[in-house]
Amino acid sequence: MLTLAAILFTLGLAGLLTRRNLIFTLMSIEIMLNAAGLAFIAAGSRWGHADGQIMFLFILAMAAAEVSVGLAFVLLYHKRQQGLDVDAASELRG
Amino acid sequence: MTLLFYLAGAVAIVATLLAITRRHAVHALLYLIVSLLAVAATFYALGAPFVAALEIMVYAGAIMVLFVFVVMMLNISDHAMEVERGWLKPRNWFGPAILAAVLLAEVIVCIATSPASSSITGAVAPKQVGASLFEGYWIGVELASLLLMAGLVGAFHLGRHAIAGEEKQHVLNTDAARVNSRSDLVHAGARGTSHAA
Repeated sequence: MLTLAAILFTLGLAGLLTRRNLIFTLMSIEIMLNAAGLAFIAAGSRWGHADGQIMFLFILAMAAAEVSVGLAFVLLYHKRQQGLDVDAASELRG
Repeated sequence: MTLLFYLAGAVAIVATLLAITRRHAVHALLYLIVSLLAVAATFYALGAPFVAALEIMVYAGAIMVLFVFVVMMLNISDHAMEVERGWLKPRNWFGPAILAAVLLAEVIVCIATSPASSSITGAVAPKQVGASLFEGYWIGVELASLLLMAGLVGAFHLGRHAIAGEEKQHVLNTDAARVNSRSDLVHAGARGTSHAA
């Protein structure tokens, strides 16, 4: 099960490195967070503790906050730049 | 249970692989939802039914709906598909994919050679999770609420910025009737995002 988490995390990492669309970048970050949560759940199930699930709840809250801010930024960025290219975002100012 | 775990894991891997290689954002989102549902089934097989339900509700429900709303508001056109096709050339994704595969191979070797791995012991009941959450981790709960509040305020700030800029533009625009329909969409989107946060 840790192998499954590692595979999902690597897929998210590859997507993050490969895609240049901002929406796909955010989706890849979601995949990676989810894989980290899966590793926590697997560890919690392995030792029969509730701590793994609690950590997953915190990851869930963090992902929700992150994605709300990120998508608001995507809307603002799309309005300013007329596109979703991440490379053009290296010239952000202010 | 073990069969369920492996089946759901295979579905999750395939769906994620398809999700990061699709050109159209909506197709990728649908595959990502399938992947999240498969991960939820994995959680159920690992003996965490409460977290499986939360995964379906929060991830596959709320977060993916946010994504779908934003994709619809951005109005991804055929031109964007062409641009995306140009970005997805093999020489662009070959290097990162190789590097990530090397890292994955290292991690898998480490997991396979470490002792005492991969045995599903027991289910953890939701009651136990709740009791532990509000006894030992109450400060974490408070911090999570603070973080969500900060996310809400941040999203609202970004959205309000867009609205303010739009109003200025609107004032500058002498022909008030000729409001751009696309900027109107962005306006509505910013409001929707801050509301849904």
